[in-house]
Amino acid sequence: MIHVENLTKYYDSFCAVDQINIDINKGEILGLLGPNGAGKTTTLKMLTGYFKPSAGTIRFNDYDIEENPLEIKQMIGYLPESSPFYKGMLVYDYLEYVSKIKGIKPSDRHPRLRYLADLCGLNHIMHKAIGELSKGLNQRVGLAHAMMNDPEILILDEPTQGLDPNQIVEIRHIIKKIGQEKTVIFSTHILSEAEATCDRIVIINQGKIVADGNTADLKQSSDQKTTIQLSLLNAKAEAVQNTLSAIEGIDKVEQISKTDDGVLRVNAYSSSSADLREKIYTTIKATDWVIIEFLQEAKTLETIFRDLTRQIN
Amino acid sequence: MWQFTHILKKELKDYFISPIAYIVISIFLIITGWFFFSTFFLYDQANMRGFFSLLPIIFSFVIPAITMRLFSEELNIGSYEILLTMPVTFSDIIFGKFAAGFVVTGAMLLPTLAYPISIAFIGDLDWGPVIGGYLGALLLGGTFSAIGVFASALTHNQIIAFIMGSAICFVLTLIDKMLFFFPESILNIIEYLGADFHFRNIARGIIDSRDLLYFISVIFISLYSTYLALLKKE
Repeated sequence: MIHVENLTKYYDSFCAVDQINIDINKGEILGLLGPNGAGKTTTLKMLTGYFKPSAGTIRFNDYDIEENPLEIKQMIGYLPESSPFYKGMLVYDYLEYVSKIKGIKPSDRHPRLRYLADLCGLNHIMHKAIGELSKGLNQRVGLAHAMMNDPEILILDEPTQGLDPNQIVEIRHIIKKIGQEKTVIFSTHILSEAEATCDRIVIINQGKIVADGNTADLKQSSDQKTTIQLSLLNAKAEAVQNTLSAIEGIDKVEQISKTDDGVLRVNAYSSSSADLREKIYTTIKATDWVIIEFLQEAKTLETIFRDLTRQIN
Repeated sequence: MWQFTHILKKELKDYFISPIAYIVISIFLIITGWFFFSTFFLYDQANMRGFFSLLPIIFSFVIPAITMRLFSEELNIGSYEILLTMPVTFSDIIFGKFAAGFVVTGAMLLPTLAYPISIAFIGDLDWGPVIGGYLGALLLGGTFSAIGVFASALTHNQIIAFIMGSAICFVLTLIDKMLFFFPESILNIIEYLGADFHFRNIARGIIDSRDLLYFISVIFISLYSTYLALLKKE
């Protein structure tokens, strides 16, 4: 549905987006993740046609963004990062104006506005000026704005930013519901959100795609699978290092800290998917070390994200 | 095709729901009313010449004050991004905003029709120059609106947009009064550039295609420059 090839964007000499290739299918919910300044927003702005790419092509079905910007803009609903709307306008006036520009027939306008007001919970603020709204309400107006003409593709830049936990759940629910038939692309830096809502996750760092796939794929492909955290009493760092390294399946043992009261904290890393806890326990049982803490941390999206985006920072 | 009318309506709503339009129109009426009528009775002539000779200079700071917010405000709060990602073209946006500035200018001139009507009651008014004057005023208003739109598209800051817009309008108004500074060989060209020169021709009641062409080309050049300025922001 959306075909992006070699997409590149330079701000003067700074390369914000570096040769991104991506194909997005119909009905996919795609989460764009990345640290601040990774190029998420720039990528989204190029997809909406607001920024011109320095190089590369973007195609929506048969339309090219250079040649048919109007057709593409008709297909897209876009929520920008900080929802900058006309502050002086009333919510109702604003949404009506958007419905006109987006070419909704006069007879359909009212039912559509009603539907969106219900969906986004705007009924009690329709008569207020946009400038008076809180961040979360403003965001909901933005969502209604984006969904006005029932677009094929929804592009949302950090849609849950500034919302309270209940609203976040609601918006995720809305995104999931829309994603059943439509394509949704959204950026976020809340990983649990991406994990809960997305069919597919793309992680961007320094303008490049560093990972692409569903959560399970990402966890599979990551080289270090499990981390085991241990806190031991009565143990010498060197001895622990040697003993644990000898266990089959453990690739690396790293000392994290040693406190004054004699608690030694180590992390053992393993790339196999086998459960090593039993082996470790039996090994330690043979010594006179005391286990204070023993925790296996499976690879979460968070650790993958950190691994993929940390090295350069 | 008619997308620009939605933008035009939205801008007009902004002007007339907020106090901006009323404030600017009142200031305009007070200034023109005062300057015109303070000498009108001394001359003891039933014509509008005094009013129309004032108009270019007053327009050159009132109209940029109307148009200064058209793009600057959008650029400043960021709603420009939303506007551009909606299914409208640059020409819809530019023409819609220009038309809004022009309509407000027209609304500003409307109450001044009370002047010729009341003059016609107290003396023998020649309507030819009055009609020409109003036609010229509309053309001049359109020209200055287009210049104001261009100035507004250059900056995020409304005050800077106002100052730049006024400066350009002032230069076009006053340039044909500075002719003695220029060498003789280019006098005709400089005179032709002056908005006031063409406005005076029309306000005399003579409608010449050269004057019409001047106003239409300045409007076109300003709106096209606006397009280029916006294109550069991508």
